[in-house]
Amino acid sequence: MRTHDLIVIGGGPAGLAAALSARRAGVQDVLILERDHVLGGILNQCIHNGFGLHTFKEELTGPEYAARFIAQVQEESIPYRLGATVISISREKCVTYVSREEGLVQVQAKALILAMGCRERPRGALNIPGSRPAGIFSAGTAQRLMNVEGYEVGKEVVILGSGDIGLIMARRMTLEGAKVKVVAELMPYSGGLKRNIVQCLDDFGIPLKLSHTVVEIHGKERLTGVTLAQVDENRRPIPGTEEYYACDTLLLSVGLLPENELTRALDVSMSRVTNGPEVDDRLQTDCEGVFACGNVLHVHDLVDYVSEEAALAGRNAAAYILSRQPAGSVVKITADSGVRYTVPQKLDPEHMADTVTVRFRVADVYRDRFVCVYCNGERIRRIKKRVLAPGEMEQVILKKSELPQPLQSLRICTEVE
Amino acid sequence: MRKDYDVAVIGGGVIGCAVARELSRRKLRICLIEKGEDVCSGTSKANSGIVHAGFDAKPGTMKAKMNLLGSRMMPQLAQELDIRFKRNGSLVLCLSEDGLPALKELYQRGVENGVEGLAILTGDEAREKEPNLSDSVVAALYAPTGGIVCPFELTIALAENACVNGVEFRRNETVTGIARGEGGYVITTNLARIGAACVVNAAGVHADEIHRMVSAVPMHITPRKGDYCLMDKEVGGYVSCTVFQLPSALGKGVLVTPTAHGNLLIGPTATDVEDREQTSTTAAELSYLTKTAAQSVRDLPTRSVITSFSGLRAHEDGGDFIIGEAADAENFFEAAGIESPGLTSAPAIGSYLAGLIAEKLNAEERSDFIPTRKAIARLAELPVQERKALIAENPLYGSIVCRCEQISEGEIVEAIRRPVGAVSLDGIKRRVRAGMGRCQAGFCTPRLMEILARELHRPMEEICKNVSGSELLTGKLEGRK
Amino acid sequence: MRELTCIGCPLGCSLRVFEENGQLRVEGNTCPRGEAYAKNEVLCPKRTVTSTVAIHGGTVNRLSVRTQTDIPKDKIFACMEQIKAVSVEAPAAIGDVILPDVAGTGVALIATKDVKKK
Repeated sequence: MRTHDLIVIGGGPAGLAAALSARRAGVQDVLILERDHVLGGILNQCIHNGFGLHTFKEELTGPEYAARFIAQVQEESIPYRLGATVISISREKCVTYVSREEGLVQVQAKALILAMGCRERPRGALNIPGSRPAGIFSAGTAQRLMNVEGYEVGKEVVILGSGDIGLIMARRMTLEGAKVKVVAELMPYSGGLKRNIVQCLDDFGIPLKLSHTVVEIHGKERLTGVTLAQVDENRRPIPGTEEYYACDTLLLSVGLLPENELTRALDVSMSRVTNGPEVDDRLQTDCEGVFACGNVLHVHDLVDYVSEEAALAGRNAAAYILSRQPAGSVVKITADSGVRYTVPQKLDPEHMADTVTVRFRVADVYRDRFVCVYCNGERIRRIKKRVLAPGEMEQVILKKSELPQPLQSLRICTEVE
Repeated sequence: MRKDYDVAVIGGGVIGCAVARELSRRKLRICLIEKGEDVCSGTSKANSGIVHAGFDAKPGTMKAKMNLLGSRMMPQLAQELDIRFKRNGSLVLCLSEDGLPALKELYQRGVENGVEGLAILTGDEAREKEPNLSDSVVAALYAPTGGIVCPFELTIALAENACVNGVEFRRNETVTGIARGEGGYVITTNLARIGAACVVNAAGVHADEIHRMVSAVPMHITPRKGDYCLMDKEVGGYVSCTVFQLPSALGKGVLVTPTAHGNLLIGPTATDVEDREQTSTTAAELSYLTKTAAQSVRDLPTRSVITSFSGLRAHEDGGDFIIGEAADAENFFEAAGIESPGLTSAPAIGSYLAGLIAEKLNAEERSDFIPTRKAIARLAELPVQERKALIAENPLYGSIVCRCEQISEGEIVEAIRRPVGAVSLDGIKRRVRAGMGRCQAGFCTPRLMEILARELHRPMEEICKNVSGSELLTGKLEGRK
Repeated sequence: MRELTCIGCPLGCSLRVFEENGQLRVEGNTCPRGEAYAKNEVLCPKRTVTSTVAIHGGTVNRLSVRTQTDIPKDKIFACMEQIKAVSVEAPAAIGDVILPDVAGTGVALIATKDVKKK
């Protein structure tokens, strides 16, 4: 069986950054497996700007951001396979993939980096009643058909969900001549970035209806309209608030789900909140030598953070391959009182780096709260936040020097005054 | 231009396809007329996929007879057509002591109908068999011969095999009138006039409309809608048997069952509707459905729903299947009012009707009938070495298009190129499950459209979800060739 | 008076901008960034326009493009009209000038993707 030191599954932003940092940390034998026929992943269809402010200190479009990483991968001569779909992985780090050129291939790796990204929640998961005509797309599917394939997907549009892809598509379709009638959001707040609400909706006079959802889909062959209704605080439609919108297209931007079908076969602990594997501060899963980064680990808002996280996974995978440093004992990071989850979920206080970035999301929109870190029951950090929102990923940077030894418990929460 | 056949079958559902296939054993010129873009696009595409053991129907009825026969024919048919069929057994739950007499009655009825192996279990015995059953189950009727089959696979395999044996499939063609003519009937469609010595009405929810074109015998069909929720394969093993509740006047009630492909399915509701094309789910029914199914099993995994859909049962006022020659129209044969257990009964109805027709037309058996059909290779289910060999033979098997169900371009191309091949996204989905998985075609839609366009030599803008009018795109961006 | 939503941070302050004696006064902001944003939005709001143009003879059918810098907001649709009229021949490289001066803004339209010849 062919062997590699490191196999990176996925050639999107996470996989590219992970492979690069592993190579730069000294691992020569790296292979990237990408199922699409180009590298870059979802960035290829994200032709809008707003990428790279943290990484490159300038504002790039998705394809430009991807191109910078692809260029580096090519400079480093890191091998990659395109059109190569991984169909299974094992705890022993045997990877099976198929491609047109190579057929079915089984390869053995010393370490794996999971960078498969995420997928969109489909209509079915929302259980919206009504008919099942053509013209209902997840926003990303429509984005691909427009931006990569060059087709028009609709003329009169309603968008359900105010996630960033939905907002970006509202503007994109408007620019191409479609009439975007309304964006409906189930929650009382938008899941998208403020900038996108202003520049994608307000700029074009597209109304955003918070606490609204689609309660019925109409049309036999092609969509003819949707019924929107306001929802109560339990997100249940309020009778009498129904409003009909004629449209030929409904875009769904109702959330992203990490794509962990392969991961499940590893039998590692998975987080019920992130839908990704649980990892320690080295971004290593329960299965030694298997690391995860990017949207397969937890859904990010900014690609810059994906790149940063992936670089860390790459460095740690390299350290694992080169020295096979065994994991020490880990302390669980507890998330509560308004903090929904943290990544990493575990920390090895003995072997941790000097600083560890802990990323998290909050459960609701909070104003004037404190983000607090407790170690062994004592508060070591209290950060004032004017606003916290579920749509915006937060982070605290833990310093090894400030953690008590021995560390028995670690907790991140929010507090009012 | 007029074209003549010995037999014209109206309707490309499981019944029409079963009749056509059985007829193709004889020396006959046969066509099948389907108004949809594909076979299996009406009632046959949206039902429970159950092969019923046969204890429900009143003894002596056509339903009882065809059910038992069909269930007995299914294993051989499944083998001949290379489709999935499993006798997973079924349970009818009794959720309160009050229901015990009805359960016993069902048992008796089953025995009278000739169903093998029936047994009444206590609640605990039932839970031992099926650990996720609700604590409130006090007793259950167990039928080891209950089974599951994929309705798409069954219908499409019947159609493919019929086509290979010479049946002409006329899709996208709607019957608008039938007149008696010399030596038979003249069928008018939106596209042509078709002469046929013999007509088979297998038009599902439209069977009474077709019937009235020829016969004065009263027939009235009510479309009875049933909503379903399909759940992810990760909970496909939640139950292993098909779990029913005690039947009501409207039908067999809400069931919880694994599907032939390993998903979990709950449904159907039962609501009489006016519109024969009305397959919209409603919030009220979906919520009734989950509430009712939750009485059968504990902690119903509603989080795992990947899609919901609804189908129409063709309920005839008389309550039984109407199978045979119309009393006032010679050579006009019918299979009407085919509601549950229609799917189970299909092989028996096909064989029975084809037998009547062959006798009537004095048709001889063919010696060159091909009874078998090979399924499209299911690469994801093959052992590594076999899969490797197949990809080496056809590299398109190595290009995965639908990542959720791991369906390759090779399988999709074959679904399109086969006899009575797929011409729409739904057609591909029903043949090889591309787009049927948890992302519900989010990723593969553009690729599937591209492959369809390439294989059918059609522009992308003409690619449809199903019938004409369901195009996915509304145009091209400026400058695109 | 104009009402705006600040995009500086997730707080999304509701800003009110008043014009008094030729001077702009901003209310509702919690930080200086809000004030700067509001004044800019009132005086000369600008946006980067991104879209695609047709590309022929390449490995793909669409070439993604953007305005090199942001352009006045009221020129967005004029810019789109010009973009729609463009089609180019492969190859193309990131940074290639597709239109030197889009909609009279003095800003170039540039490619944001490398496309090889087929």
